[in-house]
Amino acid sequence: MLDLAKSRWHPIAAAHDLPLRHVFHGQLLGREFAVWRADDGYVNIWENRCLHRGVRLSIGINDGRELKCQYHGWRYSNRTAGCTYIPAHPADAPARTITNRTFAAVERYGLVWSAEEPQGEVPEVSGFAEGKLLALRAIPVNAPADVVAAQLTGYRFQPSGNIDGSAAKVAVEASNAFSVALRSSEGDASTLAVLFVQPVDSNRSVIRGVLDSEVEGAARLAVLRHHNELLSRLRVAVEAEAAREPAPAPLEPIIERVSPELAEMPEETTHGRKATIRVQVTRKWSAADGIAGFELRPLKGLLPTFQPGAHIDVHLPNGLIRQYSITNGPGESDSYVIGVKLERDSKGGSTCLHETVREGDVLAISEPRNNFPLRRDAIQTLFIAGGIGITPLLAMAQALNNQSLGHELHYFAQNQAQLAFPEKTKTLGASLKPHLGLSPDQTGAKLREILSGYGPDKHVYLCGPGPMLEAARAIAAEMGWPETAVHFEYFKNTNVIDDSTSFEVALARSCMTLTVPAGKTILEVMRDAGIDMPSSCEQGACGTCLATVIEGEPDHQDVYLNDAERKSGTKIMTCVSRAKSARLVLDL
Amino acid sequence: MTETRCKDQVILDLWHPLAALSEVPAGVVVGTILLEERLSLACDGTGKVAVWRSRRDLPVDGPVDISAVAGTLPVKLAYGYVWTSLGNPPADIFPIPEYAEADRRKLNAATFGVNVSAPRAIENFLDMGHFPYVHTDILGAEPHTEVKEYDVEISVDRDEILATRCRFFQPMASTTSDGGADVDYIYRVPHPYCSVLYKSSPMDETRLDVIAVFLQPVDQEHVRAHMLLCVLDEDNEDKVIKRFQQTIFGQDKPILENQFPKRLPLDPRAETPIRADKSAIAYRRWLSQKGVTYGVIPAAT
Repeated sequence: MLDLAKSRWHPIAAAHDLPLRHVFHGQLLGREFAVWRADDGYVNIWENRCLHRGVRLSIGINDGRELKCQYHGWRYSNRTAGCTYIPAHPADAPARTITNRTFAAVERYGLVWSAEEPQGEVPEVSGFAEGKLLALRAIPVNAPADVVAAQLTGYRFQPSGNIDGSAAKVAVEASNAFSVALRSSEGDASTLAVLFVQPVDSNRSVIRGVLDSEVEGAARLAVLRHHNELLSRLRVAVEAEAAREPAPAPLEPIIERVSPELAEMPEETTHGRKATIRVQVTRKWSAADGIAGFELRPLKGLLPTFQPGAHIDVHLPNGLIRQYSITNGPGESDSYVIGVKLERDSKGGSTCLHETVREGDVLAISEPRNNFPLRRDAIQTLFIAGGIGITPLLAMAQALNNQSLGHELHYFAQNQAQLAFPEKTKTLGASLKPHLGLSPDQTGAKLREILSGYGPDKHVYLCGPGPMLEAARAIAAEMGWPETAVHFEYFKNTNVIDDSTSFEVALARSCMTLTVPAGKTILEVMRDAGIDMPSSCEQGACGTCLATVIEGEPDHQDVYLNDAERKSGTKIMTCVSRAKSARLVLDL
Repeated sequence: MTETRCKDQVILDLWHPLAALSEVPAGVVVGTILLEERLSLACDGTGKVAVWRSRRDLPVDGPVDISAVAGTLPVKLAYGYVWTSLGNPPADIFPIPEYAEADRRKLNAATFGVNVSAPRAIENFLDMGHFPYVHTDILGAEPHTEVKEYDVEISVDRDEILATRCRFFQPMASTTSDGGADVDYIYRVPHPYCSVLYKSSPMDETRLDVIAVFLQPVDQEHVRAHMLLCVLDEDNEDKVIKRFQQTIFGQDKPILENQFPKRLPLDPRAETPIRADKSAIAYRRWLSQKGVTYGVIPAAT
């Protein structure tokens, strides 16, 4: 019977068991759940185990957007249960596939329902009007569910409208192995009670009763007490009966193993320039003067977990592929929100999004990639955004704000009307510092002011137009900021790419030597040879196609690597950079 | 020989701690449990100790003359504790040379019961990443959460795990510290259920404090943790030094008791390690190589 039970929906909690920022410990058929409601109302039912070291997530912290494990502070996103941050390695973006197991969750009849392998819908109860019901206090019973359900057919109670009476007639309207529907009538008063039996384990159950009508005020308490007393009495009888039989062995739920690549914590492996996700534009609006906001919702299922700083490739109807940063705050996992500035010299990307793409349109996007990860171990974090460069920094500032970590968001724009996403920036309070209408010289002076006073454990993140980034990086260096504390992301690579050289590339792990002719990139030659290499912007700005150089001298033409990384000669962006030596050996 | 409940010969042949000698009253039977066996021990007040399988004629709390007890188990006194074995133990217990240094304070900080397997408790002892979250504002504090790269080796001649070059930011490194500092650690695992750590001494920057945890496996999912302090501290009273360590351990206990499963899974795919867990990865491999099965869930072969 309990095998069949796996495919059925069972109540595992009452809706009122999930108050604001609480994590409820649930159990079904021997399997423990961490159950929590995010501030956006979504009910999460997860395996009650952190994937790292097995600590129960029911003792974790629900911050309204993410669930944080008590042991090492790993953060898991609302909805997807994907890990968004591993504090022990603040400079790394966690592998996206670190995702906890989730279970179906439906709220109905004042109860939260789940199932291991659900088939069909939560059972329909005739005579139950949603929102006008009364959920009784849950009664735990040390007995198998079918024994409890059988005994419940003999449950006798007064209708809510005549609680003090004693002559109610009770009729069984329906019953099965996991529920009993009873109608109690006396005089004009009549109440339908459905008692669901949650099989917690082979020998443990919880009776979750629901009455067909709400009761207000003092009468409500009297009704709840009436059932509490009667069901408690029934519990004593059922437990006495169950104790006569030998207790069945507890169920042993199977905990899924993590994927083999996670067992060794390898490099992240995402391949190609693929757009595997279909989203619908559910909202398009003017996020600021010249900036369109797009809300993208998945056609089916959930969107993958994103981290602050991550971007997606958007494949446009005109065939172009463009990269946009996700602006969402932590836990805002039902859609991705991007901001697109209409470029005057648009080659068709921003024009297409502004003029052609409408609400209701379907777009193909890639999984989010994070080549601009946010450390959260700084004492103070400065974000410096120029214009549309606000988008990745907005996601980052919201993440630090959610964790109450010190930060300032300096936002440079021409005027108030050009400040994008006011509804999001407003939540940052005083940490938002707009700087409006400054000339290049004034911008330089302001950057100097912002970047003065470098100290240990301070980090700065820059995103904006090329000239502003160049200025900010130069000022930071002058003011004593080490390169390791200065993080930046360019919109695009404005360097003129020299692809006139020809050289050889040896791939150490693939045991392959390829010739890169003039006019072709390393990435293209590798693709032609069947090597699957992830890429995104393909112009040396986003960092996706990074490879490790084992031997040879790279000819850097990207804007992703910082000067120290360039000088070390150990990294190369394969989409634009080439070789100064006749041969490069890559760790691929 | 008597049939034992534990079938893991590697574990049976080890020396296991039972009690701090200073806490065993003279001439009175003390009861305890090791590897699911009820044991009794007593001392005579002159430094002689006997351990035997509990017997009706020598009830716990009753008087005993240990010279008259027959059929006793092997006994060692080391680092202030009484050790015994249910198998064929080696001649010596692993060395802690610093214990012999005359100017150190040597204390049993506490003996705590914990509902967890011994290997889970060892991993917790080796772990630095939890300091800001579990020992908030004592051994760590957000946002200083990074576990910097460190080195781990399994020493073949000494048959122990050694983690060196470990550093972690601590806002209050011990009772004698008054501010935050990057603290250096060395960790040793010289015994499947025992670990020794060395950390910067706030009193003398050229020397290291020694803190060890010796786990007494009550059964596969319950331990008694004996904590040895061997520290440089001339100022604080015993109870102050002990209280600091008891606070730390009291913070770990509820986390350990909420780990599922309680036995340590040795299958590499059971949990998700990160680089910070290098020492734990080495420890799990070392247990697998030794063929330890007690207190662990062995990897499927």
